[in-house]
This record gives sequence, structure tokens and C-alpha cells, in this order.
Amino acid sequence: MIKQLLSFIKKEFLHIFRDTWTMMIILALPVVMMLLFGYAVSTEIKNTNIGVLNLSKDEITNNIIQRLDKSEYFSLAKNYSSYNEVEHSFRRSEVGVVIVFDENFSENLLHLNKADVQIIADASDPNTARTLVSYVTNIVAQSLKDLNKTPQTNYQINPEVKLLYNPLMKSSYNFVPGVMGFILILVCAMMTSVSIVREKERGTMELLLVSPTRPIIIILAKVAPYFIISFINLLTILTVSYFVMGVPINGSLFWIFVLSIIYIFVSLSLGLLISTVAKTQLTALLFSGLILLMPAMLLSGMLFNVESMPLILQVISQFMPAKWFISAMRKLMIMGVDVKYVLKEMGVLVLMAVVFVTISLKKFKKRLE
Amino acid sequence: MLGYLIEKEFKQIFRDKFLPKIIFIFPFIALILLPFAANYDIKNVRLAIVDNDNTTYSKGLINRLSANESITLTAMKPTYNSALSLIQSDKADMIINIPKGFEKDFITQKKSNILVSTNSVNGIKGSMGALYALNIISDFSNDKTSEVVSIQQKGGVEIKPLYQFNKELNYKLFMVPALMVMILTIICGFLPALNIVGEKEKGNMEQINVTPITKPIFILSKLIPYWIIGTIVISIGFLVARFVYGIIPVGNIFVVYLFSFIFILAISGLGLILSNYASTYQQAMFMMFFFIMILILMSGLYTPFNSMPSWAQVIGSFSPLKYFIEVMRNIYLKGSTLMELLPQLYIMLSFVVVIDTWAVLSYRKKS
Repeated sequence: MIKQLLSFIKKEFLHIFRDTWTMMIILALPVVMMLLFGYAVSTEIKNTNIGVLNLSKDEITNNIIQRLDKSEYFSLAKNYSSYNEVEHSFRRSEVGVVIVFDENFSENLLHLNKADVQIIADASDPNTARTLVSYVTNIVAQSLKDLNKTPQTNYQINPEVKLLYNPLMKSSYNFVPGVMGFILILVCAMMTSVSIVREKERGTMELLLVSPTRPIIIILAKVAPYFIISFINLLTILTVSYFVMGVPINGSLFWIFVLSIIYIFVSLSLGLLISTVAKTQLTALLFSGLILLMPAMLLSGMLFNVESMPLILQVISQFMPAKWFISAMRKLMIMGVDVKYVLKEMGVLVLMAVVFVTISLKKFKKRLE
Repeated sequence: MLGYLIEKEFKQIFRDKFLPKIIFIFPFIALILLPFAANYDIKNVRLAIVDNDNTTYSKGLINRLSANESITLTAMKPTYNSALSLIQSDKADMIINIPKGFEKDFITQKKSNILVSTNSVNGIKGSMGALYALNIISDFSNDKTSEVVSIQQKGGVEIKPLYQFNKELNYKLFMVPALMVMILTIICGFLPALNIVGEKEKGNMEQINVTPITKPIFILSKLIPYWIIGTIVISIGFLVARFVYGIIPVGNIFVVYLFSFIFILAISGLGLILSNYASTYQQAMFMMFFFIMILILMSGLYTPFNSMPSWAQVIGSFSPLKYFIEVMRNIYLKGSTLMELLPQLYIMLSFVVVIDTWAVLSYRKKS
């Protein structure tokens, strides 16, 4: 029986290896994703184009503008002479923020000790706008303080801020567990389901089922190669994140692997389940793509913060295996906590695996009759 | 001949059980759910407080913290370490430790300390949480100062922010137009990518290859149905935006349609190219997924385009999505006119020419 299983596994591997394109993409995908998230995509705001409408034109305002231009956040892009130009410039997306000093800015400041500065931000993107306004405000306030134009109070509370587990605020600490959760479910669920449905669509499944091979062997042989491929992906992700991006592995490597293997099982059983429901490859692909991968990306906490979502989405996210895996992996890998803190996540994943396997085995048998 | 081919495509699509549902229901559901999910607003920061001082001041501060809408007070703990274990078991996101003598130091030494620790594995969440707390603490400190120093010096410079185009800082106003582009990309990208390869897997391709159908006609017969489907999808998008979110474009809706016609031709063409090269569904799907993921992530949909390093901006500028998202946001939020969007128009038109020519050339009748 073992021999039979091995020869079936060999057949599956041949299927996979002969498809060079898919193979290359599957092996390269985690690396490309890591590089994109690590080096290209960033929520940090740097080098925003700033426009200036300076009607005051004196030493103080010039000094502030110089400081803004010098800071790493801004580069001076436009000098306007009237309000009309500002509006037009925003509509062409030439600048992200504009600072306006009116005619008597310095005069008011010197004589009345009171003056206004206006910051106009392109608030199409609210978060960026908020951040830009706070950067400009800080730079302006700091310049005025240095010029001694603002009163000081003596009383203060000194807050000390500790950024636990990620003092340098590297985004890679957050997305590496996310990429793991995503790639593993992609490889296991999507590829397994398609490879089974393909046999159905081409009619070769019938041949396999009437052969003396037991169905369980066929299924084991189907999932074994994807188990191995996803394990290779896991190792790639860990290696790239540790050696290239400097993401720490603070917890025990043993439990990281145990957790991943549980998760791989869940994903494989999910793939099996899809393959019993879907009749064509097209359906299997679209089903796993739209119903599995999109939510895995959006509702798992990989890109967006689940706690900030409305309740209904939080409830849906509880059914995403990726959500539990990513949360546990963050704890184990980045926070380096003891395994007892992730028992709940592991339990949920095991439960999901049991449910999926039971349902799909039941459905699989039915189809045999 | 083209008419018959298009009729064939539509029959194939509508005889499928799953495809019509994707075309009509997916954009609807996605556009209702996604804007709530794709959100960088940080809410519900769970706070654990360690109050070692237990005075009027410390209680006043705690009241203010728990009154904030973005912060939820979840626990009061006697020691810092017991609060830390809440973070480890993911029951809290932030700890505020009020030291003994918080009130006394403030009054006698004009200065007191406080510790704010946040779980920063997720950098945005950690820093935003800390920022909320710091703002409250600094307000609290100012108020207490004015209580102690009866007359505070007034004056100085007042900085007035003006949030142009989105005064209420509504994140959905920013995301909904761009998410329409993403949904359009998924439908008009993946379906064509799976289309020609489907003909290959079913064996229809051989039959089509022996007919006198020319290459451009064949590709056109594949493009036009998605053109129509894409127009339906984007119209569903407009309706959902209008009636669910109350978002109406400031600019001209016909300009949006003009750009979506061009965009669909480009993205469907890309799908057809991959479909021409692929020989199985799986290959087509994975290649398309690979490219669409890169195109979406580098288009400025979720993160600002200008904060990417310059090499990434160069790659990103080859993404048709980047320009269409810019156009959508500019028309929806800022009311940009066609004249102001001419650069994007020319670039997108050249994408269409290059991609669709490639799609025609990459279709080979000989195998």
C-alpha cells in the first residue's frame, strides 16, 4: 500500500513539475510579496510636494518655508501668488499640502502677538492629510519656538512611550506573519482543489476511482505534494524575513512549525472541501480566489486592523483560518510569548480542520456511489 | 462574423452557473463590504491601566481616557507585569502606567511622569494608539496647568488646518472610487485570462483555428463582451456609491465612463495576453494573480504612491490601475475636468494600443 501511495505521489509531482510556469510563480510569489511589502509599499509619508502662498514675504515666513523644504517630509514644489492658483494646482494633484501666510502675518505676530497660519491639505486621503497637517504644524511650531515667538508654560506631564516588540516600527514585523498565512492558504487550498477538479473535468478521476486504489490513497497522494511545497514556501519566508529583512524569531522555532503544520492541514482540508463542491476548474478557481483569498487578505488582519472594523466583519473574520494563524504567528514569532498564550488559536484551527475533513470525506463518499 | 462570435461569448457566459453571479452579485457585495474592511482608521484600542497613584488627578485622567471614542478601557491592573500579560494574550493593546506621586509631583515639582506602552507589532496601530493617548495626556496637562496657574498667557500663532475636498475626513470617500477600480480589475482581468485558456482546455481552440476567423476579429470578439460586462460592473459601482454611501462625483460622470471604457480595454487585453500564453487554467490564474497583485499593491490604492521608493514608483507607473485610480479619485473628490486629466488620458490610451496589439500578436493559430 505504501508503494502504491508513493507511486501516486510521484504522479502528482510529475503533474506539478511539468507545469513550469505555475511552479516558478509558486516558488517566487512569497519572495516577491515579501520584497514588495518590505521595500516598496509603505504607509510612511515622505517627500510630499508642498506649495506655498506667502503674501507676507518676510524673514519669519521665509525661515519657516526653508525649514519645511529642508525636512525629509516635504519638498517645496510650488510658489503661488493667489488663491486661485492653489485650487487649480490641487485638482492637478501637483501638491499634497499648501501653507498660507496672509499679508500681515509678521506684523500681527510682532505687534498683536497673535497671527494665523492656514494649512490647506488635500484631504482626498484622510490619513495622509491628517499626518501632513500634523507634520506642518509641528515644524511651524518648532520654528516659532526657536524664534522665541511663542509663550512657554512650565507645568507639564512627561509621557514616556514604549513601543513594545517593535521599537523601530518596522512594518515587516507585521506583514511577515500575514504573508505566511496568505501564501500557505493559496498553495494548499487553491492548488489542491484545482488539481482534484481537473481530474474530474478531464474524466481521469473516474479512471482512478474504478482502479483498485482506495480513495483515501488518492486523496493523500493529491495533498502530499502541496504539503511539501507549502513547507518549502514556509522555509523561504522565514529565511528571507530573518536574514534579509532582519525580522526576529523570538519564540520557539518548534512551536512555529507545529502551528504552521496545523494551518497547512486546515488549508489542505479546505481545498479538499472546495474540490468536492466545485464541478469545473473555473468554478474552483473563482471560488477559492474570491471567497477564500480575498477575505484572507482583507479580513485576516494582514493588511487592515480587524478590531477597527464594524462588528459584522469582525464576526465574519472569526471564520477565517488565516486570521487565527496570523494572530498566533505574530505572538509566537514577533512577541516571543510562551505557547500557552496561543493554545486558543491552535485549538480553533484544529477544530476547523476536523470539521472540513469530516464534511469533505462525507461528500467524497457520496459521489462514489 | 464578429456579431456571431460575440453572441457565442455571451451564450457561454450566461449558460455557466457561476459566472453571471460573479458579474452581477460580486461587485455589489464587494463594494458594500470592502470599504468597511479596507480602512486604516484605528478604532477600539484596548487599554489596560495601572494606577499606582489613586488620586483625583489620576482618576480624572482615567476618566478622560475611557471617554475617548477610539479607546476602550478593558482592565485595571495592580501591576505593570500583570497588564503586560494581557497584551501577551491579546486582550489589550496598550498599557498606561500612572506612577505613585503623579499628582504630588505635578503640583510641587511642576513635572510628573507617565508611561504609555503599546503593542507595536502592527506599527500603525501601535503608533496611532500612543498618539491618541498622548493627545489626551497633553490636553489634561494643559487643563491642570490652567487650574494651577490661574491666568494662562494667551496669544501666539494659531494654526488653522483646512481639509480641502473631504472636510469630514471620511475615509470611505477616498476608498470607494478606488475600490470600484479594483473590482473592475478583478472581473475584467481574471475572466478574460481564464477565457481563451478555457477554449484550449475544452478543445474548442482547434476548431476555431481551422475557421477563417482572423486574429484581430478573434481578439475583438473576446474584448467586446468584457467591455459590456465591465460597463455593467462600473455602473453597479456608481449606484452602490450613490445609494449606499451617498457619494456623488463632483466632476462629470461621463468623463468617468470615458476613462473606464479605456481602462477595461487595457486590463482585459492583459488578461487575454496571459490567456494566450497559458495552456491550463491554473497557469492563467496564477500568472494573472501574480501580475494583478503587483499592479494593485503598487498602484497607490492602499498606500500613497509618492511614499514608495523611486524604483518602485517607476514600476508602479507601468500599472494602468495607478492612472485610473488617480482619475477616479480626482473626479469623485476634486471635480477635475477632462482637460486637467489629459496626461492620464494619453498614457492610458497608449496602454490600450500596446496591450491590445500584443494580445492580437500573441494569439497564434499554429500550435
